[in-house]
Amino acid sequence: MKISINNVAKRFNAFTALADVNLDIKSGELVALLGPSGSGKTTLLRIIAGLEWPDEGQVLFDGEDALLRSVRERNVGFVFQHYALFRHMTVFENIAFGLRVRPRAQRWPEAEIGNRVEQFLSLVQLQSLAGRYPTQLSGGQRQRVALARALAVDPRVLLLDEPFGALDAKVRKELRRWLRSLHEDIHVTSVFVTHDQEEALEVADRIVVMDRGRIQQIGTPQDVYERPATAFVYEFIGESIMLPVHIRDGAVQFDGCAIGLDSQGAHDGQASLFMRPSEMIVGPPAGALLGGVVRRIHGLGPSRRVEVALGQSGTPVEVDASHDCGLAPGQHVSLRPNRYRIFAANT
Amino acid sequence: MSVAIGTLAGREHRVPAPSPRRRRESAAVRWTIVAIAVVFLTIFLVLPLAVVFMQAFSRGVRPYLGALTHPDALAAIRLTLLVAAISVALNLVFGLVAAWAISKFEFPGKGFLITLIDLPFSISPVISGLVFVLLFGGQGLFGGYLQAHDIKVLFALPGIVLATTLVTFPFVARELIPLMKEQGTHEEEAAISLGASGLQTFFRVTLPNVKWALLYGVLLCNARAMGEFGAVSVVSGHIRGETNTMPLHIEILYNEYQFMASFAVASVLALLALLTLIAKAVLERTTQHS
Repeated sequence: MKISINNVAKRFNAFTALADVNLDIKSGELVALLGPSGSGKTTLLRIIAGLEWPDEGQVLFDGEDALLRSVRERNVGFVFQHYALFRHMTVFENIAFGLRVRPRAQRWPEAEIGNRVEQFLSLVQLQSLAGRYPTQLSGGQRQRVALARALAVDPRVLLLDEPFGALDAKVRKELRRWLRSLHEDIHVTSVFVTHDQEEALEVADRIVVMDRGRIQQIGTPQDVYERPATAFVYEFIGESIMLPVHIRDGAVQFDGCAIGLDSQGAHDGQASLFMRPSEMIVGPPAGALLGGVVRRIHGLGPSRRVEVALGQSGTPVEVDASHDCGLAPGQHVSLRPNRYRIFAANT
Repeated sequence: MSVAIGTLAGREHRVPAPSPRRRRESAAVRWTIVAIAVVFLTIFLVLPLAVVFMQAFSRGVRPYLGALTHPDALAAIRLTLLVAAISVALNLVFGLVAAWAISKFEFPGKGFLITLIDLPFSISPVISGLVFVLLFGGQGLFGGYLQAHDIKVLFALPGIVLATTLVTFPFVARELIPLMKEQGTHEEEAAISLGASGLQTFFRVTLPNVKWALLYGVLLCNARAMGEFGAVSVVSGHIRGETNTMPLHIEILYNEYQFMASFAVASVLALLALLTLIAKAVLERTTQHS
């Protein structure tokens, strides 16, 4: 099912949770809403589900106005951050719940409900735990029950709120790989919320990066990593170096010296220069480049982390270098980024 | 390896195994504390209860049964059970609704409502009774209307039920609010997202999650409803065989120097209280196991 979100805005008293959000989700796609806490990603997810209502804007499911329907009628599968399993029901009854509460005319006979539950128990590999209560399960098992419960009602869209947030690192990695392959099998349109960029980059077809209620960038994992659209995205995804620079007559200056980089069309005035530590070339000192002194070298294995104090101000940055770079503390060097972005200071 | 041994040794050094002696108070102190507790409980709880039953049976079983089967006593017992049944049922519904509203929804004036629910605990029962006199009495706000339509509230069952309900209102709500707050609304949200209606969500998710706390609140509410004296005394009018509940009947008998009969009725009330306590203990054990 295709989801269109047009000009959606939501306020909680004085707090703007969402402002002018536009997003199209294609049928069968797995989309991540990525952002820090307070960025509005969970609010957007809850608006898609019908657990929250926007103050303005449209939500369309396959072109139909979804805002005319309550959460009950939208047929969405929602997986909550803390699972929200029914604590007084067994795993079996939890998964059967959505089938049992159907209006009498549409309700399946008991045998059919049983078959369906068995089918989803095996999908999430929990056949042996059907009779257990939620408190008797581990976090990862609860998460899978929550997923099976949401999927058992055959939802048009699967919505997951921080699905791996409450799990430890190892289980989290396993589960997200499993979720990815599950999505490839069942191909239901899915949206999940996360604050973990690694998770979003690994699992999602497309990532929606959000900050302070606004969408900063929509793109494939590669897009947002390699071509960040705003300063926020550059800082939030992957490791980055940010230097305050000045643009004068189209030339980029740091600490009052030109550093041989193109202003990328930024207007004269204050700006921010963004680079990745892994995309820096450390060379001998040269004029019209970023110059500095090596302060410290650390790290094991094939790569080294080099701390360099830049310019007259001695602004510290860290860059990656290979283990045979031959650098030593006290040495004067120049830095040249393979790739960089200049953003005007106010963005 | 040496590191492991080092940490093990270090830990042993930091936390020496406590000797059994040091963990205990001296015998004298322990016995004194236990003795104080036992004496206190005996004087304030066991002795009065024993006196009630001793007085009740002071002239044997036959007079005891005679006192209990006296028409006025039977009427008082019947009235008390009826009033308790109605007030508990009302407070079950009101308490559940109030707790539901307070713990699951945000609305202006919520803090005020929570304070209001506690009000019956903090005001004297006599005032709780007087309120209804001022409202429904002959000179009261609705007195004229009620008289004109020949509806009896004061000195009748409705007045007693109203007073009892007011006094016992907080029990169910107070028991439920913290639990429902702690449980949050996620399970309800999950239920409606799976297609459940409001009623289905309530009966299949919300109610089962609070059933033990609800039962506990109902028990406490019932115990208080049966024993209520002050508020009921103000609104009942003390009409023998008609508007006397058990506590009122006991007081009247006592004031008429019919000690044996008075304590006989009191023993029934005490028995009901004991039954409530036993039910409560059983309930606590069950909930701990589940």
